[in-house]
Amino acid sequence: MIELQNVWKSYDFGKTFAVSNMSLRVNRGELLGLIGESGCGKTSTLKMINRIEEPSSGDISVNGEDVRLQNPEQLRRNIGYVFQGIGLFPHYTVAENVCTVPQLLDWPSSAVLDRCRVVLDMVGLPAAQFADRFPSQLSGGQQQRVGVARALAAQPEVVLMDEPFGALDPITRADLQEEFKSIQRKLELTVIMVTHDMTEALLMADRIAVMRQGEVLQIGSPAELLNRPADPYVQKLMEMPKRRADRLEQILGGDVRLGAEG
Amino acid sequence: MEQLALLPEYFRGHLTLTIIALFLGVAISIPLGVWAAHSSSVKRPLLTLVSIIQTFPSVAILALVVAMLGGRIGSLPAIIALVLYCMLPIVRNTVTGLENIAEEVVTAARGIGMSPRQILTKVRIPLALPVIIAGIRTATVWTVGLATLSTLVGATSFGNYIFTGLQTRNLLSVTIGSLAAALMAVILDSLIGGLQWLVVNRNSELDMDRHKVVKAFVFSGLIAAVGLSGYSLMPDKEVDFIIGGKGFTEQYIIAGAIEEILQEAGFTTEQRVGLGSEVVFQATANNMIDVYLEYSGTVWTNLMSREDNPGRDTVMLEVGAYIAEEHGMANLAELGFQNLYALAMRREHAESLGIRSISDLKPFADGLVAGGDLEFFGRPEWVGLRDAYSIDFKEKLTFDTALMYTAIAEEQVDLIAAYTTDGRVAEFDLVILEDPLNAIPPYDGFLAVSGEAMGNRLFVESLSPLAGKISVEVMRDANRLVDVENLPVSAGVSYIREAIAK
Ligand SMILES: Nc1ncnc2c1ncn2[C@@H]1O[C@H](COP(=O)(O)OP(=O)(O)OP(=O)(O)O)[C@@H](O)[C@H]1O
Ligand SMILES: [Mg+2]
Repeated sequence: MIELQNVWKSYDFGKTFAVSNMSLRVNRGELLGLIGESGCGKTSTLKMINRIEEPSSGDISVNGEDVRLQNPEQLRRNIGYVFQGIGLFPHYTVAENVCTVPQLLDWPSSAVLDRCRVVLDMVGLPAAQFADRFPSQLSGGQQQRVGVARALAAQPEVVLMDEPFGALDPITRADLQEEFKSIQRKLELTVIMVTHDMTEALLMADRIAVMRQGEVLQIGSPAELLNRPADPYVQKLMEMPKRRADRLEQILGGDVRLGAEG
Repeated sequence: MEQLALLPEYFRGHLTLTIIALFLGVAISIPLGVWAAHSSSVKRPLLTLVSIIQTFPSVAILALVVAMLGGRIGSLPAIIALVLYCMLPIVRNTVTGLENIAEEVVTAARGIGMSPRQILTKVRIPLALPVIIAGIRTATVWTVGLATLSTLVGATSFGNYIFTGLQTRNLLSVTIGSLAAALMAVILDSLIGGLQWLVVNRNSELDMDRHKVVKAFVFSGLIAAVGLSGYSLMPDKEVDFIIGGKGFTEQYIIAGAIEEILQEAGFTTEQRVGLGSEVVFQATANNMIDVYLEYSGTVWTNLMSREDNPGRDTVMLEVGAYIAEEHGMANLAELGFQNLYALAMRREHAESLGIRSISDLKPFADGLVAGGDLEFFGRPEWVGLRDAYSIDFKEKLTFDTALMYTAIAEEQVDLIAAYTTDGRVAEFDLVILEDPLNAIPPYDGFLAVSGEAMGNRLFVESLSPLAGKISVEVMRDANRLVDVENLPVSAGVSYIREAIAK
């Protein structure tokens, strides 16, 4: 469970705010989609939750405990994080990248190896083929999947994902979205997933938070946002997938399903 | 090949200095670089400091280190100076390497919960390693080159070949020394280059065979180098007496003669020649060297800072008292010759003008052309001469020493300022003009002996018979054998020994 209360973040001593007066709550086992245009403060929000950045003011708690009272390294090891820039370690193999957090947590080495195989399979990268490769020997999409595997390796209860599926082709992406959603349901993971793609948010999120210029415009279930948009921007954003589907239908003159869209 | 017999000893000395200096340099510079990369308030001053050290002339650093160690000579000051010198490329590359790591990788390391120390050791240093090793590579080549200068502070290296060779005009010796140092630089450079290749290519599984070959080469090479220098670190066999010497021919010859005499008396000995003038004096004061050839005028002007000239005997007496009282050393024997600047003319020219001393020169002086080495006309000796005799010449030309002798032989100049014991004075049949007014301070050669060695009766008895046995002509002839006739130093030593025996 993640909770933010009146969180402000400025990188320039209060001249401008990357995040302003943000309050939100993600319940245990819930997947919150965080959507908004570039530079609106999504990454900043995630970084404050695991204390890569500190808020200028406001309170943040994870699992009911104020993050400021926790050792930042322990806190981070217990939160899975998929970074926007992926940030794999270029000098580590895929297996070593994936195993970093369990090793930091001092898991026994046999457990680490087993776990490594499991998570790699989970993201569709057979360990036999990929475990010993280096990141430079992977495609962009494969690297991204290793990033997801690394975030899940230590069996965290809370996962923060910053555009985790951006570099994938539509089919792999759809597969992985579904795969991740079922894992998340099964393990009751508490997830915040940043995305630019409303379709992805609609398909995966239990609730969606729309941000603009550091502020949350509206939080709610997909149905709430669709039926009662609090802001013209939200309305426009919600109409996007529908409008695109309609356009595709026009062009192709047939039945087009939302999920196959890129 | 007298020269090649020395190769193993010089090789070991050179390798040991280089490897130890590099190890210490790396051990000091990498942590400093890490510190600097973390704190910008450390970075500027540190990089400036190591750069400034680099701009100091290396010989000056060596002399300063010896002085700071209270006159200690040998490997210690050489290693300290080499370490100071090799820091710049390592520190700089460590800082650059650490700073140029992709920000997102460091953020990811932080974000998954690595501590600052883990980020440093598991991520930043491994990623910066190729750049750091490139810095070590540069440092290695510099250090091998600079280690040749260690000879000046009494540490054995290939520099022994080079400096002895330069002074005794033995080009073969200079060539051997330079080639050996260059070869060592190339080999060490390629070993570390191999290490760098391994680090850069650890990601490529394609080149497995090549990887293994390089790995075997690099590791066996490095182990051999470290092992060899470790072996050299075993304490040297203790010798009874260490004979010192400055870096010119006559010093090598006298040191050789002393060594023979002491060995015949049953002592074990070792030579440390080619040292700087200050260095050898300090070392003897500290009992690290037991005996060497010193000149009264050198102590008088350089150490006692005297400018007057109360006459040859008085100067020698006062110098003897000074070294005994201030430095615990002793004047064991005056050898009988002086080595000083003096005016010299072609014999027939001088005779035709009827000139024997500088006073006789006066009526002719403003019609004569004089030659000097690069510094003579700027030295106090010339000023003293000029004022004492109130003479000046029509023209004063400066030359490289070798060219100066050619110039007088070919009658381009009428007289030159020569060293009295220079072999070429005899070779070109020059006469030294007397100095009746004692305008130039006397430079009597004498055996300066450490306090400890003076306590050994057999030592004193063996060397004191040298007193008065070596005339300026004998010394000059011995020098000529080496400098003009290109014979080995040992030929000069034999010549001196024969003269002593008469
Ligand atoms: N370390 C930083 N220093 C200064 N300003 C920053 C820093 N990080 C982010 N910002 C600024 O804060 C604002 C929000 O940035 P943030 O990275 O949170 O955006 P985002 O919503 O993740 O955008 P995108 O979708 O492009 O990733 C931007 O204006 C950005 O320039
Ligand atoms: Mg972002």
